[in-house]
Amino acid sequence: MMDESRRGFIGKAFGAVAAVGGIASLIAMKKTWDPLPSVMSAGFTTVDVSGLEANKLEVVVWRGKPVFVLKYTEDMKPTDGRSVKIGDHYFSVMIGLCTHLGCIPAYRADQHDFKCACHGGEFTDAGINKFGPPPRPLDIPPFKLDGVTLVLGEEGPEYKAMMAAKA
Amino acid sequence: MKEFKILAVIVALVGITYYGIEPYAHHVMHPEVAPADFTFKDLKNVDTSLVGNVENGKVLVEANCIACHSIESVGHPQVMPNADAAASYGVVPPDLSGAGWIYDKNYLANFIYDPVSAMKLQHKFTPESGKAFPMPSYNWMSAQEIMDIVAYLQSVAPTAKSGTESHKKTFEAACGRCHSMAYAGLESTTPIDTIKTYMGATPPDLSQYIKSRGEHYLYSFINDPQVLLPGTAMPRTGLNKKAQEEVIAYMEEIGDRKKAERESLGIWVMIYTLIFAILAYLWKRKIWSEVH
Amino acid sequence: MAEFKKADSMLEWFDQRLGVVNFAKVMMTEYWIPKNINFLWAMGVLLSVLFTFLVVSGIFLLMYYKPDVNMAFDSVNYTIMQEVAYGWLFRHIHAVGASVVFLVIYIHMFTGIYYGSYKKGREMIWISGMLLFVLFSAEGFSGYMLPWGQMSYWAAYVITEIFGGIPVIGDELVVWIRGNFYVSDATLTRFFMLHVLLIPLLIIGAIVLHFYALRFPHVNNEAGEFFDFDEEAEKYKAGDKKGSKVVPFWPVFLSKDFFVLGFFMLFFFYLVFFHYGFAMDAINFDKADGLKTPAHIYPEWYFLWSYEVLRGFFFEIGGISGKDLGLIAFGIANAVFFFMPWLDRSPMVKPANQRPYFKYWFWFMMVDLIVLTVYGKLPPTGANAWVGFASSLTFLTLFAALPFITKAEAKKVGGK
Ligand code: HEM
Ligand code: FES
Repeated sequence: MMDESRRGFIGKAFGAVAAVGGIASLIAMKKTWDPLPSVMSAGFTTVDVSGLEANKLEVVVWRGKPVFVLKYTEDMKPTDGRSVKIGDHYFSVMIGLCTHLGCIPAYRADQHDFKCACHGGEFTDAGINKFGPPPRPLDIPPFKLDGVTLVLGEEGPEYKAMMAAKA
Repeated sequence: MKEFKILAVIVALVGITYYGIEPYAHHVMHPEVAPADFTFKDLKNVDTSLVGNVENGKVLVEANCIACHSIESVGHPQVMPNADAAASYGVVPPDLSGAGWIYDKNYLANFIYDPVSAMKLQHKFTPESGKAFPMPSYNWMSAQEIMDIVAYLQSVAPTAKSGTESHKKTFEAACGRCHSMAYAGLESTTPIDTIKTYMGATPPDLSQYIKSRGEHYLYSFINDPQVLLPGTAMPRTGLNKKAQEEVIAYMEEIGDRKKAERESLGIWVMIYTLIFAILAYLWKRKIWSEVH
Repeated sequence: MAEFKKADSMLEWFDQRLGVVNFAKVMMTEYWIPKNINFLWAMGVLLSVLFTFLVVSGIFLLMYYKPDVNMAFDSVNYTIMQEVAYGWLFRHIHAVGASVVFLVIYIHMFTGIYYGSYKKGREMIWISGMLLFVLFSAEGFSGYMLPWGQMSYWAAYVITEIFGGIPVIGDELVVWIRGNFYVSDATLTRFFMLHVLLIPLLIIGAIVLHFYALRFPHVNNEAGEFFDFDEEAEKYKAGDKKGSKVVPFWPVFLSKDFFVLGFFMLFFFYLVFFHYGFAMDAINFDKADGLKTPAHIYPEWYFLWSYEVLRGFFFEIGGISGKDLGLIAFGIANAVFFFMPWLDRSPMVKPANQRPYFKYWFWFMMVDLIVLTVYGKLPPTGANAWVGFASSLTFLTLFAALPFITKAEAKKVGGK
């Protein structure tokens, strides 16, 4: 009975046109769900690293997430492919979320390492997982160097080089 | 046939009601006013037929104007920061870089001669009120000298460009010392508190004025505020036609950003709906042919 | 429970579990509608579609709207209108839809009055319909407050103030409704709740009731003819489609509705994209300011006639103040249509033009309502006030006279 009415060219054509209208409306609705342009363009954070103290963890917020910026002391060794040289000093720049289940690890200044309270994961000063459940080193956010300023959210040559080295 | 008759009755009833509550009611509530006058012909203190001398104008401007006004385009910087200027004058004095092109020539000449009457603010700056307009009248100058100044200002004004950026510049120069435009992130250059004291009321944010007032109203209002709002503290700004149109264009670009998208999508949706309606009709005819 | 056989098709699988085949029959293919109807009978389906548009567009507005006096205006006029992809479209559909829905409601209602579709068993259809009218009015009113413009504020202010006219409890009632001594943040958030939750729920309930009420007395037809639906349905099923007086809801009735819907949408989308000013008043693009009343305030067009009845009485009569008279008249105007089935004392179910007296009443009422609507918008000064008074009085008189007119009509046609 339902089909009877759809049979025939006109019935099918009408059904098809109605479906096109429905799909177009769904596309508009999907776009309405998209993040606003102002949200997309606000995804950058800048940090001036010149005033940072060595061996003291600086936490900045980038896209709602904590980002660790750690300036090394003279006796802390840089790690290849993870430590960033800005001016005369080395830094760690990484997303401060444990790669196990997303807790925020704490920095132990005396041992130059990170300890995650949730399930006991540990990371080196450069964020490499050395103990416990975390499966991989802390993630590195896209960044760009602009003199002594760190721009989070933009991919600079240093970042690209790091990613290339990893791959 | 009968259905068409019914439709005609409904269309007539709805049409009459619509006419009554929209065009007619609008006409009663907002009677037409005199058309905008971009020659400002009520201002006759200065003989504007005189040909100005740019060189002399430059000398006069440097002697008389730049103590308070900046003219960034020729390297006369602001005398003091906005907040301080506002504190001393009540309102930030305008930069004169664009004055030669945004203001009508007759208006500009007569403004220099007597600002208050050019702005039609005699009701505000009365002797009894004890208020005085921060800029003095240059009615001691000769008409020739005033025209020299006008000629100089016109010569330094940038040649007009179009597009949103230039519309924005015109808006900032013409309106932005008193009015904010929050939806464009523009704040009045005179701080809100100062301007409120100076004007007696806070000049409104203009973000949505293109919608709340409409182009038609703005066109008359900006040209001469007293006609539509007698007694208002808003001065007649003396914009020429082109500058006023740019200001209104800017208000539309900010206040109704999606206009172009709306209109182009509108056409497509109408075409789609027409196809939908025609097919629906054909389908209906087919279905009903079995029952009639 | 019957034994379950393995289903051969998806349809059968669902049918075993949900009885979909029978359900489709009862709701669609064997739900019988008279054949003798014109496009005015498509208004109900148009209303259902418009309500769906309102719900869908409303949901998307809800994603970005902020019910807070400091944020509401910008969340609508900046975020939704200028930032969100197609936010402007949803707002235009919502605002224009809310206005046009009333046009269609009025056509639907007066179609019912014209054809006498509220009598002889159809009383509950009429009452549930009027319930929908009242609920939509409340929905429109509460929604109009949300953008928090000058019209939102002052309409809310004036209409809530009306409740102050109720004797004894009036003043406290106003404060109770507003949740404050003036129209404030508390007022906005509670009307927001009403607008997006409570009233839509009630509307959905009332729609179900309205549709259900149609099942027993069946839909009326252009001639007001009564016939045996079961008999006609049998005829149709037996293949005499042309001879039968009924058609099934799907696909026959709906195919006609879709056709009407198609052309209606052409009109609707024209309004949405190119001519929306009537539904989005310019003054509402000024942010609410409780210390400055706009020079002209008026409600949305669909409330104008009852607003004019309220304003029409502007002087004291017999010791009762104009204000109280207006309130009483306004109260009557809003309730009186509920009683149509009982005010019309003639048992005749026929188009108005075939009824010797009622036809005058009907067209007189139409004219009066148009006059009320038009003068409801004009400033009530000078002669306008008197036109308002006369047309308000006419409105009340017409209703007072209706039982007598229809009684006389019944006598004249011999109680047919
Ligand atoms: C059922 C019939 C409905 C009617 C008659 C109606 C009416 C209105 C009206 C007149 C406005 C003000 C329009 C404007 O100036 O933009 C409005 C706004 C709004 N409505 Fe509705 N509405 C209905 C249903 C709904 C539903 C079901 C929802 C949500 C579930 C909803 C959500 C909203 C929201 C969030 C606003 C504020 C945004 C705005 O003002 O643009 N509406 N409605
Ligand atoms: S989340 Fe850090 S160890 Fe589990």
